[in-house]
Amino acid sequence: MSELINILKECEDLAFDLHFTAARKWKAEKAGRILTGYLPVYVPREIIHAAGGLPVGIMGAGDRKQIIKGDAYYQSYICHLPRGVIEMALDDNLDGFDGFIFPAICDCIRNLSGMFKLSKKGSFQRYFDYPQNFDPLTGGTFYREEMQKLIDDMVKINGAQVTTDKLNKAIALYNRNRELIETIYNIRQEYPWRLSAVDTYHILRAGLVIPVERHNEMLERVVQIISKERGNPMDNIRVVVTGSFCEQPPIGLIKSIEMAGCYIVDDDFMLGSRFIKSAVDDATADPLGALTAAYITQSDFASFYYDIGNPKGKRLAQLVKRRKADGVIFSAASFCDPALLDRPQMQKECDEAGIPHINFQYHESTGQFKVIKEQAGTFSDSIKLWV
Amino acid sequence: MEKAKEAIKENSMIIQKNMLAKQFHELSQARELGRKVVYTFVPGNLTELILSFDMVPVYPEINALQNGMRKKSGSYIKDAEKIGYSEDVCTYVKCDIGMMLNGNIGPTGEKLPPPDLLLLSYTGCFTFLKWFENLEKMYPGVPVAMLHTPYQEDGKIAPEQLSYMVRQLREEVIPKMEQVSGKKYDEARLKTMLKRSAEAEDLLVKILESAKNVPTPIDAYFAGVYYIGPIFTAFRGTADAVEYYTELWSEVQQRMKLGLGPVTPEGEIKEQKFRLVVEGPPNWTNFREFWKIFYDMGAVIVASSYTKVGGVYDMGFRHNPDEPLESLSKYCMGCYTNMNLPQRVSMLEGYVKEYKADGFLINSIKSCNSFSAGQLMIMREIEQRCSVPVGFIESDLVDPRYFSYANIKNRLESYFQMLEQRKAILTEI
Repeated sequence: MSELINILKECEDLAFDLHFTAARKWKAEKAGRILTGYLPVYVPREIIHAAGGLPVGIMGAGDRKQIIKGDAYYQSYICHLPRGVIEMALDDNLDGFDGFIFPAICDCIRNLSGMFKLSKKGSFQRYFDYPQNFDPLTGGTFYREEMQKLIDDMVKINGAQVTTDKLNKAIALYNRNRELIETIYNIRQEYPWRLSAVDTYHILRAGLVIPVERHNEMLERVVQIISKERGNPMDNIRVVVTGSFCEQPPIGLIKSIEMAGCYIVDDDFMLGSRFIKSAVDDATADPLGALTAAYITQSDFASFYYDIGNPKGKRLAQLVKRRKADGVIFSAASFCDPALLDRPQMQKECDEAGIPHINFQYHESTGQFKVIKEQAGTFSDSIKLWV
Repeated sequence: MEKAKEAIKENSMIIQKNMLAKQFHELSQARELGRKVVYTFVPGNLTELILSFDMVPVYPEINALQNGMRKKSGSYIKDAEKIGYSEDVCTYVKCDIGMMLNGNIGPTGEKLPPPDLLLLSYTGCFTFLKWFENLEKMYPGVPVAMLHTPYQEDGKIAPEQLSYMVRQLREEVIPKMEQVSGKKYDEARLKTMLKRSAEAEDLLVKILESAKNVPTPIDAYFAGVYYIGPIFTAFRGTADAVEYYTELWSEVQQRMKLGLGPVTPEGEIKEQKFRLVVEGPPNWTNFREFWKIFYDMGAVIVASSYTKVGGVYDMGFRHNPDEPLESLSKYCMGCYTNMNLPQRVSMLEGYVKEYKADGFLINSIKSCNSFSAGQLMIMREIEQRCSVPVGFIESDLVDPRYFSYANIKNRLESYFQMLEQRKAILTEI
């Protein structure tokens, strides 16, 4: 058991090390290594790995850093994540990063890419556009070209050869990573008391700042340990938390939901690590084609992903059913247009499927959780008593 | 606040007013006339293509802003919030949804027809995508044509981005338009329209660039939003638009000849004390009061980014009948909010210098992250590059709760005082 405690402690430290010490150490160990930071939500980390880089997730400063300069760059009605990122960029937190990727999830992240360009932070600042056309030849070609631009950016720095073999190996590693994470979620679905949602969060977030090989080793051990009984079951309801895919909720918020009597059996906190829902072909002559197909046909539902023909609300209802959850907590960052504009329709789908739900908003440095705890507690009680 | 006086109107304004009234009336009768209706957005719109299929476009942002100007938006927004839309999100979306909940009665009081096609041409604004996902669920069964416009990430339109756009037009947009309209794609007709578009665009650029004159004969923001109306919406590619811009250009030339200033709702500005470049959309709920603060202080806007949201014609782009689909694609990708931040800064820097502006002002809009995110950095860059005083005010598009007249007036008065003092110091030097 002490082994799990050690792993959890290490993961918590890694998850909130805003100086990315482990990543910098990795880079310093060998010439030619590069650090490629990426903002939420999803980037095909396999190509960074194959280009001799370490993909490093930059999930904001959370409640771990005082924002002073960042507030001077953003109006009060813009979400918190970018102001924390700017604060980190203006301080020394992101020094040593070679480039930055800004996935196409909203106008704030998109314009943040321009702010990095203007301030010339890193050797490249790449807005990574997701196609919203899912025809393999049209959107697929576009996505492939977007990946190629990223590869070109990195290769310019370290001259790496991005070979088919390296890409296939990277795909295999990340397949294993996704598989292990899914296994943890599957175990937690049946036995949520064996690993808390906060611990799960730490484990997943740690994986954003260390090599995938090392993260896989950790995950293997966690799976082995929680495959056996531990902890004590509580009379809690089971919930799916959705809407927190970009700006991250503070740990206190996740803890409050749990303490209020809700086991979180699924969530979208670290959606990027789980976005591809099944294994990508890792024995192919065309690995970029395999990654393209994965984006187009194997993606999870998300607020940045055009959903006509495959509505998010319906997929959320399916997830609730699959996880045997009792209800949904819509938990979105304030001023998050994508999550908040999805919410009414997703709530409607939940109503139609008979799934109880509540909602609240937060920001990454929210410090007061009493109201949220009361709301979640009442939700839990109402389900236990009446549903 | 003084009660607004009856607005003084020039002939071009009357022409435009009649064009709009006719358009909304035709829309209200679209069903009876057998016309198919396409809902789409202003930035990166495909008006000529829609019209070439004899379909009629509806622009939800235009309905929202018109509802804002007619004081209807506040209650629509509240109605959308009652069904779960957060206070934090775009008020154009909420106004549109509120209007729908209230029977889809358009700004002129006539009922708007439901869509036969949702054309999601999303250029420079991620919220457009969310908006139409919502509309699609409110109009179940209505086909959606998606045109994903790639962002000008590298500060230019790359060949592969152009191919992606053309392919989407050929394989997604045109087939859906053919299916909905029951008509075949008529490229010859489209080319004729694009030729007219370019004619109107030439005229618009002359009109906007007339503000380089000192004194300027136009206001390129408050009056500018009227000038861009026909070309950014349902009239681009029509003979009506060419006629309107011909008349407007003739009026502007006349004003230049006579050395007259811009026409405001209360008549011509007599004294032009400050020339400004403005970034960001205007507020629509209190448009007249907002404008009045400027003209009362002798401030004229000589260039603005908002008048480029539906095309950056002054940067050289023209619709080109010789390459119709490529040209429509370049148009979509070229719109202001689809330009990256360094491009935007360079454009604004050019405006401050070329239009001999005394200052640079941002009207930051709570609803619009596409504009607002990054504006404070844009402001710093312009201040450094141009050495002009910069100002920053905040309001919203169509939510009257976010227009604080006294606060905005105070800020602007302080800003104008700063400009005045600077002018005095520069004169002494």
